[in-house]
Amino acid sequence: MEEKVESIKVELIKDLSNTKSIQDVQNLKVKYLGKKGLVTELTANMKDLSIDEKKIVGKLSNETKNYVTEEISKLENKIETEELNKKLQSEKIDISLPSTKVNVGGSNILEKIIEEVEELAISMGYDVVEGPEVEKDLYNFELLNLPKGHPARDAQDTFYTDGDTLLLRSQTSPVQIRTMLENKDKTPIRIICPGKTYRRDDDDATHSHQFTQIEGLLVDKDISLANLKATFDVIAKKLFGSDRETRFRPSFYPFTEPSVEMDISCFNCGGKGCNICKGTGWITVGGAGIVHHNVLDNCGYDSNKWTGFAFGFGAERLAMLKYGITDIRTFYTNDLRIKDNFDRKDV
Amino acid sequence: MAISMNWVKEYVDLDDVDLKELATKITNAGVNVEHVTQNNLNNLVIGEVLECEDIPETHLHKCLVDVGTDKRQIVCGANNVTKGIKVIVSLPGAILPGGFEIKASTIRGYESNGMICALSELGLEEDTPENHAKGICVLPENAKVGEDVVKYMGLDDTIYELDLNPNRNIDCTNHIGFSYEVASVLGKKVTLPDISTKPIKDSIKKHFSLEVATPNCTLYNAKMVIGVKIKESPDFIKHRLIAAGMRPINNVVDISNYVMLEFGQPLHFFDKDKLGDKILVRMAGDNEGIVTLDKKYRELFSEDIVITDGEKPVCIAGVMGGENTEVDENTKNILIESAIFNSYNVRYTSLRLDLRSEASLRYERGLNWEYTNMAIERACHLLEKYADGKVLSDTIVYDTIDKTVKIADVTLDDVNTTLGLSMKKSDVEKSLTNLGFEYTESKNKFTVTIPNRRLDVEPHKQDLIEEIGRLYGYDKIESVLPNIPDKAGNYIGAVAYRKLISKRLRSLGLNECRTYTLVSDEENNLFNYNKHEQIDLLRPMSSDKKTIRQTILPSLLKTYEYNKARNVKDIMIYEIANTYFNKDEEETKIAILMKGDYLNNSWSSISSKVDFYLIKGILENLLDYLGFRNRYQLEAKEIDGIHPGISAEILLDREPIGFIGRVHPTITKDDVYVLEISMNKFYDKKIKPIKFKEISKYPSIVKDLAFIINKDITSGEVVDTIRKAGGKLLTNIEVFDVYTGENVKPDEKSIAYSLTFSDPTRTLSDEEVMQIFNKIIEEVEKKHNAILRDK
Repeated sequence: MEEKVESIKVELIKDLSNTKSIQDVQNLKVKYLGKKGLVTELTANMKDLSIDEKKIVGKLSNETKNYVTEEISKLENKIETEELNKKLQSEKIDISLPSTKVNVGGSNILEKIIEEVEELAISMGYDVVEGPEVEKDLYNFELLNLPKGHPARDAQDTFYTDGDTLLLRSQTSPVQIRTMLENKDKTPIRIICPGKTYRRDDDDATHSHQFTQIEGLLVDKDISLANLKATFDVIAKKLFGSDRETRFRPSFYPFTEPSVEMDISCFNCGGKGCNICKGTGWITVGGAGIVHHNVLDNCGYDSNKWTGFAFGFGAERLAMLKYGITDIRTFYTNDLRIKDNFDRKDV
Repeated sequence: MAISMNWVKEYVDLDDVDLKELATKITNAGVNVEHVTQNNLNNLVIGEVLECEDIPETHLHKCLVDVGTDKRQIVCGANNVTKGIKVIVSLPGAILPGGFEIKASTIRGYESNGMICALSELGLEEDTPENHAKGICVLPENAKVGEDVVKYMGLDDTIYELDLNPNRNIDCTNHIGFSYEVASVLGKKVTLPDISTKPIKDSIKKHFSLEVATPNCTLYNAKMVIGVKIKESPDFIKHRLIAAGMRPINNVVDISNYVMLEFGQPLHFFDKDKLGDKILVRMAGDNEGIVTLDKKYRELFSEDIVITDGEKPVCIAGVMGGENTEVDENTKNILIESAIFNSYNVRYTSLRLDLRSEASLRYERGLNWEYTNMAIERACHLLEKYADGKVLSDTIVYDTIDKTVKIADVTLDDVNTTLGLSMKKSDVEKSLTNLGFEYTESKNKFTVTIPNRRLDVEPHKQDLIEEIGRLYGYDKIESVLPNIPDKAGNYIGAVAYRKLISKRLRSLGLNECRTYTLVSDEENNLFNYNKHEQIDLLRPMSSDKKTIRQTILPSLLKTYEYNKARNVKDIMIYEIANTYFNKDEEETKIAILMKGDYLNNSWSSISSKVDFYLIKGILENLLDYLGFRNRYQLEAKEIDGIHPGISAEILLDREPIGFIGRVHPTITKDDVYVLEISMNKFYDKKIKPIKFKEISKYPSIVKDLAFIINKDITSGEVVDTIRKAGGKLLTNIEVFDVYTGENVKPDEKSIAYSLTFSDPTRTLSDEEVMQIFNKIIEEVEKKHNAILRDK
């Protein structure tokens, strides 16, 4: 018996060393462990043995079976791994070939900058409100302290659609008027109103008959220019970098008094003077002021009790400055090739 | 507006003032000095022609000129150059107007070391044929050889080019008004010019009567000057007019313009002898007309104010004079008008006639009656002095001006609260004094009188605060955030909804566009779907921007063409914008255009070309995302501009919200797919809240089947039948094959479905599924005349 086992082992070692493929392994399994396999045959005449003999033979054959199974299995794993590696090698690809494009859409540049301002404003407690683009002369001009024949209307040559009562709004300020009028309880107001605006301008690199404003309005008690300046600081630093300085210059808008131009220190030269700031070190980015008493009174807010500030930016101007765009028509031609540049997180 | 600082010096002491620094100070106080320019004519000297010889066979002359430092040869082409005269010489290095640089050169073989100049070549006269014929400028004999010409001629001026805001367009468009601003900034006083005259005994009242028959003329002054001699203006007037951008003509016309630039009051001079002895100011009649100074006939309307001689118009008030009373070279006697007309009428008339001028703009913006009265005296003073005129005594005056003095109160506290500053009483006092605003003060309350010249300052504390603040300096304001309660900000109304849609569409690979609201008729009518009455502009700038669009798709098609022309192959775009359908309502529309490969790889065969089913997938994805699953469907419908066989109306809750399809090949041959829906139709619809739904733990059973049906029967109809017959346990239906061709008759098609049955509470038995399955087959066969296809 032991001799038999020994000869099986010897033969197995020989067989194993000659086995090269998974098919050979299968044959090996049949030869040793099959129904008529060498190991199986060790127990072929078990029924003729005594109980003690059975024990010995049983134990021995079991050990042999385990041994053979393990050895074959070891080899099998080895061959399988080899074959897999061979297969994987044959599957090697050229990783330098171009990718399959996964398309995600991009936003319009203007929308990007508007949302930046909106999100900032929301974080400061402002609501984002929109209004109609075909607007009443009453809201676009008259209640904003711009009566008919007011010379300041010249600066905003307007598209009328119906006599002199209905027009394509020339500014987003009528949204402020609507908000104040519609607030029947006359409670404090904090809004920003982004939107499309229209003026009779011939389109060229710096003029557009359609453009976009972002206006803000805050109505409360004892509001000052210093409050406006602080608010502007926050916006300027968010859009143009935390090291921006700001300044106010006196200006004129019919619906604010005092009115100011809002300047930032030049982000290009830091204030030394360059092409972008035309040598002044400062760049004007918007207009603002303390809400005119006539506007408050026109909208049912008693100007003896309420004060407020309003500010406005041209979204195109902000974007042109921020991204170095030189032609305002860029925003309206929608050249999809631009997207490669813009479809990513900004600094 | 160009301001001559030499002129300003007449009214404000500017000795030892750096004009560049002053410009910055003025700008910082709110009046924008956009440019500061010097009259930078360098290398111009006075020369004396010592010798002058003709150069044979040319019009040229060879001259020897003494320029002080040396004697040099200069070739000159002017026919009035001659020995012994004093001339203006530009030496090499001089840059004349237009950037023309003088260099030493050789002309026809003769050396030329400079140029003898005409006034037009120096920009001091207009370059007209007449001025050209005058030749070079001959200076008086006493001119000193070698002296700087700019100094000699009083041209050493500094010009401020102002970019004025509409409020300061009134007082800073004249030199006196601007001088007050200069004085405010410097803390100095203004000295007004001499307006005295030596009137003769004869009174205008003997020669003239005035009647004003319209409330649109509130002030009318008339004075008479006789015996004027028309000639050239004195140099200082010419130089100042040129500096301010006006062309000198003759002494009388120049004086009228000079006074306008000085006081801001436009004047009109009539030839008294042509005018007659009466003036009637009235509104024009409907059938009236006048030939104006530019020799054009102008039809008049009842909105126009006219000056008449009692019968016929002689001047359109504030706009332009009539040819019939024009001052010409033979004029001897002048009637001067200095008046205030209703700004609205002047604006209306000048706009209608396209005759807006320096004068009409000043009437439009408003005039200070004090200056109206002073200007006429000033004109008389100048005519007396520079046109040999004799001024008749008395002024004919019509005056209904409200002369109420503008007074307002402001407290120190008001000032500091509004500006966010801590000014002292003395600071406010200083600002008011510098502004030239008279005031009294008691217990920190200032009662301020606003001078008439500041038409823009209303008697209200806010106006005073602005004036005080701008002079004090906004640079002194320190930022302080408003002391108001914190609150959460929100998107109001449909804004957030629109942004949600926008984000979803971007995540689906579509690029956001922004196109123009104004389009052409043709574009607006391209897709004639639910059109409303068109809203046109009253005065469009061009035919391609004349109407307010009711559909965004034509603009997206334009964007498509633009990108295609630039070799962009795969174009997936959308825009959400307001469109208009009547006076009060705006409709927010969502438009999508898709063309090309939705997904692709340039070198392998992977691609997903956009077709109807892909854009339909985008639509469904969006509507499902918005919570409308199972509430919408497409209904085949022909729509203008859309391929009739690939076109559908989109229904939500059985109401149409828009359309989808392939653009009609007559519009573009490319297979471009579009859809447009109206956000107004659904943004406020109620949707179900999100609830967690248990995924069935029990296995589902999938069964496939295929039917042959008539090709006009839609899959949708079959699916409806299957769904109805399948009941609750049929949880999903998928189309996995559509086949026409071999083994199927030409008018038939085969559609294969994969049906999933499941129950969240138990395992289904084969028998019950088979029972439903057979019922489905039976129903489809019966209802659609379908034949079950063998496997």
